[in-house]
Amino acid sequence: MNSQHEAARSARASAGTPISPRITLAVAGRVLTQLRRDRRTLAMLLVLPCLLISLLWWMFDATQGSVFDRVGPALLAMLPFIIMFLVTSVTTLRERSSGTLERLLAMPMGKLDFLVGYALAFGAVAAAQSVLAVGISVGLLDLDVAGPVWLLTLVAVADAVLGTALGLFVSAFAQTEFQAVQFMPLLVIPQILLCGLFVPREQLPDVLGGVSDVLPLSYAVDAMQRLTRTSRTGEVWQDVAVVAGFALGGLALGAATLRRRTA
Amino acid sequence: MMKNAVEVHDLVVVRGGREVLRNLDITIGGGVTGLLGPSGCGKSTLMRALVGVQKLAGGGVRVLGEEAGSAGLRARIGYVTQASSVYDDLTVAENLLFFARVLGVDRSAVDRVVEAVDLASHRDQVVGRMSGGQRSRASLAVALLGTPGLLVLDEPTVGLDPVLRRDLWALFHRIADAGASVFVSSHVMDEAERCDRLLLMREGRIIADGSPDEIRRKTGSDDIESAFLAIVSEDAA
Repeated sequence: MNSQHEAARSARASAGTPISPRITLAVAGRVLTQLRRDRRTLAMLLVLPCLLISLLWWMFDATQGSVFDRVGPALLAMLPFIIMFLVTSVTTLRERSSGTLERLLAMPMGKLDFLVGYALAFGAVAAAQSVLAVGISVGLLDLDVAGPVWLLTLVAVADAVLGTALGLFVSAFAQTEFQAVQFMPLLVIPQILLCGLFVPREQLPDVLGGVSDVLPLSYAVDAMQRLTRTSRTGEVWQDVAVVAGFALGGLALGAATLRRRTA
Repeated sequence: MMKNAVEVHDLVVVRGGREVLRNLDITIGGGVTGLLGPSGCGKSTLMRALVGVQKLAGGGVRVLGEEAGSAGLRARIGYVTQASSVYDDLTVAENLLFFARVLGVDRSAVDRVVEAVDLASHRDQVVGRMSGGQRSRASLAVALLGTPGLLVLDEPTVGLDPVLRRDLWALFHRIADAGASVFVSSHVMDEAERCDRLLLMREGRIIADGSPDEIRRKTGSDDIESAFLAIVSEDAA
């Protein structure tokens, strides 16, 4: 009988605060264990960005000037965003369709415990991914970085959390994994086109420049490019703050789509 | 000791424009209560309403003295959905440890529930590689973590070996004897005999309510299946 009272008390406690560290860490730990079990996905997450950045370097190896120094940072900003968006939208969708989400929401779990748990786990993966990709770019491929290299990694992590947040959000609007993947061309490719990689942002037509100004990936790419050009970090922090703000907004939207009661 | 674990009053649920539950009034007390009816009759919807994950169109549900779905209740109800809701890519023990942490119960509970559903020899096996029956047992084990005052089990014995089915029903009765209310659904009529009390459901309404003996006597039938048929034809007349 005692433990029943304890359970009831801990339920009251977790109902009072919007987030419980114990439950949040349990979610993060569980997601990481699942990833560890899925060796192929883990390998893709860690190795693929390194291969792609190397491919980019090789493409521009014979060209004049320092195109890689311009394009490389943009790719470093894009990869964690795209990959985490895909991984998260599919995993959360699986959680919704398998009934585990319904079970968790019938338990003393806050919506934020669930979302922040996911963000922590994928943020950690993104950190590992970025350390490798940035390490290879700077160490092996001679990417010139004027600013601090660790800040490059931080931008990548913020970017990955942004991808995670958006992925959580769109998973609410997809019934199948097929549909979830279709959200990528809708939400991600326009951001890639308008982030300043193909046409510098200031040279875009006015309307598109305005659109580019409200897309989070633009700020991530700006931050990366600034870091390679100058050692001044003030503006970089502003860009990081914008990306983090979008990520928080995405998590809030994601929380709004998690409903305990469904039809 | 409270009288009723569950009090459902004038409950209406609409799904996809169709009234799945119509003005339902039921109470569930102690012991093992069975909810029997053909698939699609609204059993799962009623169970979802009890655990507070179903949108209601009218009426109310009170569980253990609180409004169904209220935060204080969430640690006091054990719920098993019809699909085995465990993580396929984790082992049995990893699944249970995770849910134990969410519920805030001691990890020793994991060993207890693994024994209870007879999965001790499979505890380090990945759930996705187990049989359907083993998976639904792993899912059942999650609901037994903690010490729920109400256990809501949606078809927990589908496709299981008869020996194991008998053992699980014995387990449900032990849990009920220890003071919890157990609410089990099934579409297999021969499981009816194992319940203390039966609710027969058809098309969103309860058509009979009583102990298996009472229901058989009232209809003059030898088994619950023919009792069900007798009640349905009486209804139609």
